[in-house]
Amino acid sequence: MARRSGIRRTDALIRTERWQALGFITPAVAGLSLFTVVPVALAIIMSLFDWPIFGERTFVGFDNYAELLTSSPDFWPALRNSVVFTVLYVPINLVVALGLALLLGPRIRGRAVFRVLFFIPVVTPIVANVLVWKLILQPDGLLNGLSRTMFGFELPNFLVDANWAMISIVVMSVWAGMGYNMLVLTAALEQLPASVVEAARIDGARGWRILVHITIPLISPAIFFATVMTIISSLQVFAQPQLLTGGGPGTSTMPIVMFIYNTGFKFQDLGLAAAAAWILFALIIGVTALQFRAQKRWVHYEH
Amino acid sequence: MSTDPVVLPAGHAAGGGRRGRGPGREENRRFGAVIAYATVLIAAVVFAAPLVYAVFSAFKPSREVMQTPPSLFGSEFRWENFTEVFTYAPFTTYITNSFFVSIAGVLVVLVVSATAGYAFGRLRWPGRDIVFVLFLGTLMVPQEVLVIPMFVLMQWFGWVDTYQALVFPWAFTAFGTFLMRQFFRGIPYELEEAARVDGAGPLRTFLQVILPLAGPALAVLAVFTFLNYWNSYLWPLIAVNDYAVRGTLPIGLASFSTQNGTRWDLQMAASIISMIPTVILVIALQKHLVRGIATSGLGGR
Repeated sequence: MARRSGIRRTDALIRTERWQALGFITPAVAGLSLFTVVPVALAIIMSLFDWPIFGERTFVGFDNYAELLTSSPDFWPALRNSVVFTVLYVPINLVVALGLALLLGPRIRGRAVFRVLFFIPVVTPIVANVLVWKLILQPDGLLNGLSRTMFGFELPNFLVDANWAMISIVVMSVWAGMGYNMLVLTAALEQLPASVVEAARIDGARGWRILVHITIPLISPAIFFATVMTIISSLQVFAQPQLLTGGGPGTSTMPIVMFIYNTGFKFQDLGLAAAAAWILFALIIGVTALQFRAQKRWVHYEH
Repeated sequence: MSTDPVVLPAGHAAGGGRRGRGPGREENRRFGAVIAYATVLIAAVVFAAPLVYAVFSAFKPSREVMQTPPSLFGSEFRWENFTEVFTYAPFTTYITNSFFVSIAGVLVVLVVSATAGYAFGRLRWPGRDIVFVLFLGTLMVPQEVLVIPMFVLMQWFGWVDTYQALVFPWAFTAFGTFLMRQFFRGIPYELEEAARVDGAGPLRTFLQVILPLAGPALAVLAVFTFLNYWNSYLWPLIAVNDYAVRGTLPIGLASFSTQNGTRWDLQMAASIISMIPTVILVIALQKHLVRGIATSGLGGR
C-alpha cells in the first residue's frame, strides 16, 4: 500500500475526510441497497409465497421449491437443457477460442483486423446476431438453399428438428460468444515469457509438445478464468433459444432462464419463478465452487 | 496460490542460450506460418459469412431474401430498405430510446463508480474494507435472481414502462466501483498531498486532481456500460409493456418478426443498423482491445 508522505494530518482533516467519504459513498450504497440488497431479500420472501403479478399473495412456505422439484412438468427438462447447452457450448467455445488465439500470434500479419472481426458478435446485440442466424438456418435460408442447389439435397429443418435445434443454438452461440474468450486468451499469450518458450524450443521441443507442456500450463490461469466465466454465462443462456427456437420443439431447447421468464411473466407466478431463480443460483454457485476446488489439479500459478 | 512448478521438458534448467538454427528448421517455420495463415483466413471467411450475407440480404428486394438458389446480390440494390424500416415499425423510437437509455446509464454509472471508487481507493474511513467486501459480494448475484423482485419493485414505484426503470436498476454496479477503485489506487499519493498542502479538501482534490487523471479508466467503463445497456434484452422485455413507446432496439428487433409476418429484408436492415454503433466502438478501440479485456473484462456479457 502506498505510503502517505511525511505530512502530519490533523484530527480536523481526518474528520473532514470521513464526512466527505460519507458523501462520496452514499450514492453507491443507496443504489446498491435499493437495487440489489432489497431485491435479494425480496426474492427470498417471494419464493416462499404464492405471488401473482396482480392479486392476492399467500404464504406457502417451501411449497414453490417442492412444486418445482417434484410436480412441475417443465422444470427438470429446462434444467437439463441448460446443462446440456453448457456441456456442449463451453468446450467448443474454449477450443475454438484457444485455437484462434494461438493462430493469431505475432507471425500473422494484420492480426488486429482478424481479432476485431472475431470480436464483433460479442459486442453487437445478441438479438441481432440471432436474427442473422435465423435467416441462414431457415428451411428457405442460405444453408439449405446452397445444399439444394449444389447437391440437390434437402437439409434437416435446423430450428424445429428435435435433433438439430439444440445443436443450432450451440453453434450460433459459439459464433457469437467465443471472441471474448479469444481475447482473454490472447492477452494471456502476449504476456508469456518468450524466453521460456524459446528455451524449450532450443531443447528440441516441437509444436505440439510446446503447446501441451509449456504454453497451456503457462496460460492455465486465463483458461481457468475463461472456463469459470463461460460456464456461468452459459447456465444463464436465454436470448438465443428464446428467439431461435422459442424453446422448441416442445420444450427440448427451453433453458432454465426461459422457464423462469415464462413462469413469472407469462404465467404470472412470480413466487414460483423466484424459487426457480434461487435453484439456478445455487447450481451456479455449486458448479463454480467445484471448479475452484478442482483448479489445484491443473491451474499453474507462477508463484 | 499453488506452488506447483510449471511443467517443462527435461533439460530446461540448464537454460541454453540462443543458438543458430539450421536452414531445415527455418523452412519448417515458414511452412508453419503459411499453414497458420491459411487456417486463419478460412476461419475468418466462415466466421464472417453470416454477417456478410446478412448485410447483403438487407439490400435485397423482399421476395429475394429467401429463394433457391441463394444469391449474394439481389436483382437490385435497395437502399430503401433502410428507410422503410423507419416507417414499417416505430424504429425511430427504438433507436432514440436505446441511445437515451444507454447514455443516461453511462452517466449514472460513471458518477456513482467514480465517487464510490474514490471513497474506497483514496479516503480513509472506519468500516471501509468491510463495506467494500459487501460491495464485491453483490457481484455474485445473477441478473435472473434480481429481475423478478426488481419487477415487483418497479410495480411498487409505479415505474413500469418508464425510462427510470430501464436506467436505474442496473446503474449501481459494484463492478464499476471496483474498476475505479483499482485505478485510483495506482495514482501516486504525492500528487494528492500537494493539493492538500495547498488547502484543497477531498472534493476539490477529487474534481481537480484525481478525476482528470482517470480519463482512460472512465472511458473503459463508459464503453463497457454503453454496450451493456445497448445490448440488454431480458430486462427491457420485463420492464416495458408498451414496446412501441418505451421499447429499446433489441426489443424492437425481437418484436419485428411477429408483426405482419416476417419481412426479412427489413429485419436484416434493422439488425445491421443496431450493430453499427457497437462495431464503430470496437473498431475505434481496437488498439486497446486486448489490454482492455485483460485488465477490465470489457465486453463481458
